[in-house]
Amino acid sequence: MATRAGQHVTDTVGNARADARARAGQLADAMPYVPAASTPYPPPGVDTSKLTWAETVAGGNYGHKVVARGTRVRLEDVTGEACAHVLLYNALEPWERLNVADTVKIPWQAYLGAGHPLLSGDGRVLATIASDDSGAHDALCGTSSGCANRAKYGGSAPQGPSPSGRELFTLAAAKHGLGPRDLPPSVSFFKGVRVEPDGALAWGGGAGPGKAVELLAELPLIILIANVPHPVDPRPGYTCGPLRVHAWRSAPTAAGDRFWDATPEAHRAYLNSADYCAARGL
Amino acid sequence: MTENELKAVLDPANYADGTVFDLAGPLADGEIALDEIVPARAPWSAVVRAGQVLTIVDVGGNQSGDCLLYNARDTAERYSVPDTIAGAGNLYVRAGTVLRSCLGNPLATVVANEIDRQDTIGGACGKESNSLRYGHHTTAEHGCRENFLAEASKYGMGARDIVSNLNWFMNVPVEADGTLGIVNGISGPGKRVAIRAETDILVLVSNCPQLNNPCNDFNPTPLRMIITGPA
Repeated sequence: MATRAGQHVTDTVGNARADARARAGQLADAMPYVPAASTPYPPPGVDTSKLTWAETVAGGNYGHKVVARGTRVRLEDVTGEACAHVLLYNALEPWERLNVADTVKIPWQAYLGAGHPLLSGDGRVLATIASDDSGAHDALCGTSSGCANRAKYGGSAPQGPSPSGRELFTLAAAKHGLGPRDLPPSVSFFKGVRVEPDGALAWGGGAGPGKAVELLAELPLIILIANVPHPVDPRPGYTCGPLRVHAWRSAPTAAGDRFWDATPEAHRAYLNSADYCAARGL
Repeated sequence: MTENELKAVLDPANYADGTVFDLAGPLADGEIALDEIVPARAPWSAVVRAGQVLTIVDVGGNQSGDCLLYNARDTAERYSVPDTIAGAGNLYVRAGTVLRSCLGNPLATVVANEIDRQDTIGGACGKESNSLRYGHHTTAEHGCRENFLAEASKYGMGARDIVSNLNWFMNVPVEADGTLGIVNGISGPGKRVAIRAETDILVLVSNCPQLNNPCNDFNPTPLRMIITGPA
């Protein structure tokens, strides 16, 4: 949305105000849509009146939101080049947060997919991967650091052309009163990594444009998203496409739902989340 | 620990039948700056100065030593599993693996390793996670998370400062379809690993008390920690 000084008349407060107001209503490629129901890209089959978050996050940028328990969050890789690095926190006690070790160890599964519970270190499900048509995700490599991006792309600053995930998470976290100590390892969606028998990482890349993952919030959550290239993306250039985010009111996983007792470990995790919410009156 | 307590801690007769102890020794030359025994189930911590080497001895064999590293000057910078894995391009920790911080900086380097591979994806046990993994009846049992929290509190740190960790002498294979889990160990009495500090680091260890999986052969035993090199 860059403009030139010559296109503006801003010599007085009145003119400056008129100039600023004249920009209202414009659309950018990446922006939040407020109210969410006004999104130009409503997800199929969703009652737009139930939308609570609608935003396009540019490659190299970040998004964040506090959502209620039972919110369904859809992440869509518009061009096939997004990589959504995600951190989740219990919004009421944010020292309870995503724990990647428990998230892979407790379900006995390193690779994320539909039905995988995203677990905290406190024995509860923060969110369930409720649907997934991509299958290319990662819970092992985290996001990029400033150190790695400076070595690979020549820079890592949020204001530059190749922000690191860590630096964007630092900003997103700060907007919820959270600091560097509140940034544990993250998971990422839309770029896959697999493990060879000797432990070597094999890059799997993306699954193409239009793929989507939906997360179901099982607790009230602070959600931080950094949309940056995967740390082991072998391409020399900083390649990252837009990420579309939509969230809407739904219901948390409960008895009778598909994933509620899919495994004994996840079942007890859902019980613990429900127990927590019952005690808190949620 | 009194001399008698230490004697009891190091007496194999006080552990499961057939337990064999080998105290081994440091994997690096140089003056010994610290030499301590971590009793079974207990936490431990020390600062290792840049250039010093910490040798960890698996005294009784297949005893998981859960471990976290912090920049001793700014503990907001701490060990990062993903930065270490992505930086190495490999899931397993072996000799030569650089143990990186959440900022991508080297905190330490594995300079010697006497087992095939060390784990850094299995995380720590704890009361809460035990309730998921084994059932709510195990919640009363002590866990590594409790050890980490207790030891971290000595340095003014708390729950926000505990992140996913290293597990010395623990075996966590990943199968082709992504199935993973803690299986029988590949270590033994007297097996060692050594890390060289690349900056001054605070090392937190939980001598894993888990009784529900083979990370310590269902027989928690002591660890020996030896720091060599000039203080």
